Amino acid sequence: MAEPMVMGDPIDGRFGDFGGMFIPETLVPACQELDRAFRAAWADPGYRAELADLLRDYAGRPSPITECHRLSAELGGVRVLLKREDLNHTGSHKINNVLGQALLARRMGKTRLVAETGAGQHGVATATVAALMGMDCCVYMGEVDMARQELNVFRMRLLGAEVRPASSGSRTLKDAVNEAMRDWVATVENSYYCLGSVMGPHPYPWMVREFHRVIGSEAAAQCEERLGGDPDVVVACVGGGSNAAGIFSGFSEGEARLVGVEPAGGAAAGHGVPGIVHGMKSFLMQDEYGQVEEAQSISAGLDYPGIGPEHAYLCTTGRAEYPSVTDAEVIDAFKLLSRTEGIIPALEPAHALAWVSRERESLRGLTVLVNLSGRGDKDVAQMMEILG
Amino acid sequence: MTTLRLEPTLRARRAAGGKCLIPYLTGGLDDWAPMVRAASAAGADAIEVGIPFSDPVMDGPVIQEANDASLAGGANTTTILDEIATLDAGVPIAVMTYANLVYRYGWQRFADRCAAVGVAAAILPDLPLEEVDPWTDAAGVAGVETVLLAAPTAPDERLERIVARSQGFVYAVGLLGITGERTSLAASATEIARRLKAVTDLPVLVGVGIGSPQQAAEVCEVADGVIIGSAVVRRMLETGSPEAVGELIAEYRTALS
Repeated sequence: MAEPMVMGDPIDGRFGDFGGMFIPETLVPACQELDRAFRAAWADPGYRAELADLLRDYAGRPSPITECHRLSAELGGVRVLLKREDLNHTGSHKINNVLGQALLARRMGKTRLVAETGAGQHGVATATVAALMGMDCCVYMGEVDMARQELNVFRMRLLGAEVRPASSGSRTLKDAVNEAMRDWVATVENSYYCLGSVMGPHPYPWMVREFHRVIGSEAAAQCEERLGGDPDVVVACVGGGSNAAGIFSGFSEGEARLVGVEPAGGAAAGHGVPGIVHGMKSFLMQDEYGQVEEAQSISAGLDYPGIGPEHAYLCTTGRAEYPSVTDAEVIDAFKLLSRTEGIIPALEPAHALAWVSRERESLRGLTVLVNLSGRGDKDVAQMMEILG
Repeated sequence: MTTLRLEPTLRARRAAGGKCLIPYLTGGLDDWAPMVRAASAAGADAIEVGIPFSDPVMDGPVIQEANDASLAGGANTTTILDEIATLDAGVPIAVMTYANLVYRYGWQRFADRCAAVGVAAAILPDLPLEEVDPWTDAAGVAGVETVLLAAPTAPDERLERIVARSQGFVYAVGLLGITGERTSLAASATEIARRLKAVTDLPVLVGVGIGSPQQAAEVCEVADGVIIGSAVVRRMLETGSPEAVGELIAEYRTALS
């Protein structure tokens, strides 16, 4: 089998043995059409210019790099830099992908966006861009997540989106994906499935990573300017893995250590068992018969039993590593960044910070770039209950 | 064990001027084996046995509920295949499940086990043409047929490639959507059947969205037969009675006669 270049284009819809298009026959022509449409758009300077304008004027890119002096001192000499995706419009990296996909949907003549959401960040980003472009929007969200992310549910409705509860199974992100796919099977002629992570059937894992490549490209240039080269370590949280794929893509050809941090209760790469769900072959938490297991995490955005197929490939080849952290470590990191830097992180990137905090001894003297993929406002109510 | 074959059975029904009727029953529900026998006795030409999966993206609420109930009752791939071995249904058996269960079991091990327990064919809705080879290689070795689905969204050239690879029959997806009864027959059901009949001599059976004996009869003005899923599973869940399942199948058989 031919080996793709590190974070290059997939070969035949796959990254090594991972990826593919494991979907109902009804959706195959739509995914093939999407693959063609994305290739054409990505090669079209007009499309790229329109996206670049929106990323600058609407999303607020480029996002800055912030050096964390007090946190670095607190950690005993680990030099920590943050890539500030939390400062994008809608408060996370998710807007990069949604702007790209919504423009593509419009090019394809689709009038309705369907999306799944976990923490609500992708749902809010999709609802936002649907409002911007005058498109209909329907977001599926697990009932459990709707309860713990009430604020984001309200935001989506305020933006004009319909939020539909996913009430089957674990009633979290996994089930929201199922419901979104079921919707798409029925509405494929006029609806566009705006998938929120580097997962699902080809071309989504590749396309979504390309839309987030801007994070890595910017960060690499910013590090070159500030550090004169790459950082020693690049760290990001991983649920499906879109923010990690984005920032890794800027450094994968170099020497930096790439670390994707999973929640202990959703460590798909950590368990390392391949499976097929949601259109892709990748690592998947499952029982001995292949029934998908329910992830358990404090973070709704990482509460997913799988991982994007390119991450499974990067894990298998050893180019990236995928440790996990516990909810308790995440809560400590959430408080640590808030108090030392005046930045309240989302619970998702608090996973990346928790790993840095835990590894402070081995990281001493090194420069670590953390992708701060989202801001913590959405998590404040939940943390208020936990911290009392 | 002598495995009853799917394609000759369906062709014989068609050759005799009849229409084919395949009910879908979720394996592992209480009394599902007597229900299969009742369906067979009431006039089913073959039976599709569902092996439940935690994330059935092609299925609507009724079959989802049945999947959950079956899994909660302790059913799994092994127990259902074991029960098929002693089913003695008197008609061919096809299993329907999702790719991950087969992949996890092992493509070849699953195919061999199917052959050993008398399963004629498999239907795996998340293995489209592009992904089906590892399974069909294994199934071919074991002598298990693979029924492929054909959807209204496929262009003609794709339909031709599907019917060239499908075995037993071709499963025409009657509408854009997931499994479940609808109040009326979608125009797409007759249309996909007509398009498929134009490119194949394989029996063309329509499934997904057929909710009444009248709708079954209507689509069979073009199609060679129907697959009835959610309506049967609803009856299984609501009554728990093999007799009641048999009565429902008899209604469909009468409507198709």
